[in-house]
Amino acid sequence: MEALFFNVDAGFIEGIVRGYKAGLLTQTQYNNLTQCETIEDFRTQLSATDYGNFLANETLPISTSTIADKATQILVDQFNYLRSNAVAPLNKFFDYMTYAYMIDNVILLITGTLHERNTSELLERCHPLGVFETLPALCVATNVEELYRTALVETPLAPYFRDCINAADLDDLNIEIIRNTLYKAYLEDFYAFCSSIGGPTAEVMQRILAFEADRRSINITINSFGTELSKERRAKLFPAIGQLFPAGNNALARADDVDQVRQACDGVAEYRAFFDTAHLLGDDGLGDTGAAAELEDRFFAYEVHLNKQAFLQQFQYGVFYAYLKLKEQEIRSLTWIAECIAQNARNRIQDYIPTF
Amino acid sequence: MGFYSSYFTYGFPSFLAVVIALYLLFTGSGEAFNVGRFLEETSPYAWASTGVGLCIGLSVLGAGWGIFVTGSSILGGGVRAPRIRTKNLISIIFCEVVAIYGVIIGIVYSAKITSVPELQLYTRENYFTGERFALFWGGLTVGACNLLCGVCVGITGSTAALADAADPDLFVKILIVEVFGSILGLFGLIVGLLMIGSAGEFTAAASAAVVSPYVTVH
Repeated sequence: MEALFFNVDAGFIEGIVRGYKAGLLTQTQYNNLTQCETIEDFRTQLSATDYGNFLANETLPISTSTIADKATQILVDQFNYLRSNAVAPLNKFFDYMTYAYMIDNVILLITGTLHERNTSELLERCHPLGVFETLPALCVATNVEELYRTALVETPLAPYFRDCINAADLDDLNIEIIRNTLYKAYLEDFYAFCSSIGGPTAEVMQRILAFEADRRSINITINSFGTELSKERRAKLFPAIGQLFPAGNNALARADDVDQVRQACDGVAEYRAFFDTAHLLGDDGLGDTGAAAELEDRFFAYEVHLNKQAFLQQFQYGVFYAYLKLKEQEIRSLTWIAECIAQNARNRIQDYIPTF
Repeated sequence: MGFYSSYFTYGFPSFLAVVIALYLLFTGSGEAFNVGRFLEETSPYAWASTGVGLCIGLSVLGAGWGIFVTGSSILGGGVRAPRIRTKNLISIIFCEVVAIYGVIIGIVYSAKITSVPELQLYTRENYFTGERFALFWGGLTVGACNLLCGVCVGITGSTAALADAADPDLFVKILIVEVFGSILGLFGLIVGLLMIGSAGEFTAAASAAVVSPYVTVH
């Protein structure tokens, strides 16, 4: 039924976002990029793609961070164009997409302030999609209560803060807890919003968000090994959605090492593969860090897979979310390739995650 | 909450209907609700004109619906892939054809409506043409058929536009699906023509003709 009315409001921008998606780099273009000897070659190769002359005005020793910034700027421009064309409930959907970046920015600022970094430098590093008016005011806050009252009470993030008001001082562990509590509340809220839209939007978005939630739960568990985070507090950070919820989450809450995490994920067929060789690598003596990085890459690859699937269904909002994520992944891959070229690390240049 | 409100929305109207029906029955006026009487005393012209109106109206609704579904996708897809714009006009034409079916049937049907003095109108044959089956139900058939056909072609056309923008090879493949969709409207057209095959024009009766006791001619 959604096919009857979807195009009234969103047909035009769905067409546009699918056009943007067609401009994502293909495997051939990635292959060409990895053949580049210098950053200048890299720039020439990119100018033949959808990126065009985005680096034309840069002075020649182009740093990889400039490439990442410029590419992100393109993404932000596209996102803002789509967002300004959206009407309800799609504009709300776009708002929800920016909340994730807002959370990241908030955490970035309070971590930076804690380590006494320069405020303006920090503000420059904030993701442009997550900038809001009272963001600079975050730097003056010393505890959570103040943080909430001075800066966040008028932002859309305020309701998510309900669960972390009790944390007293801002130290590294507490900031990490705040980040994960915020994310948990955000994901649950977004999930409920997508369910309320219903139809194929709910179907596609629930799949993506469920994976996002599970990924966070697994990451929280793995990262908390050997820290002072107690098991009860860890369990409170797991989002109450996803394929692991509730049985898998309970098992994760009790886990003491990566092996138990793997057992917790055994119930979900898609997640079983993540641990197959990652675990072996851990045994081979690469240690937990190597295994965790490998695992992270697999998560990214699976996320790309889910996002690509979102494009298989028409008349739903999932494509907007999926495009944003795919483009982000593409920028990560580009930065990786550029970094490898700049540092002459040819042997690792193939480790990027291709999108299409 | 939802449970009680659905009780109310479905329960209350049916409760009212039962009360009114029982009231009519027990006060000796059960005959007031009389379908046969309604059918016989309505003018055949009313039925015939409603039929023609439904036929053209629903067809145009279907065509318009299809065109906006397709059109908005062509517009959006055409921003990044301008080459799709000319090719995909064919989807718009397919939708437009649906409205033309409606117009054709509308013209054929309205040719049956000729002027007959009211005194000589209420004959068995005129009832048949105007009322019982032919023009009304024929028009409804064609209209509903074309409405769904237009929606079908529109949605497929929208998919065709986006698929074409992503990969030019897919256009012809999805166009085949679209062609099959657009044939559905033709079925409606054929059946609509067959349905009025045995219905003649409105003709005046030889003498003042009233077949029904319910009809009062002034």
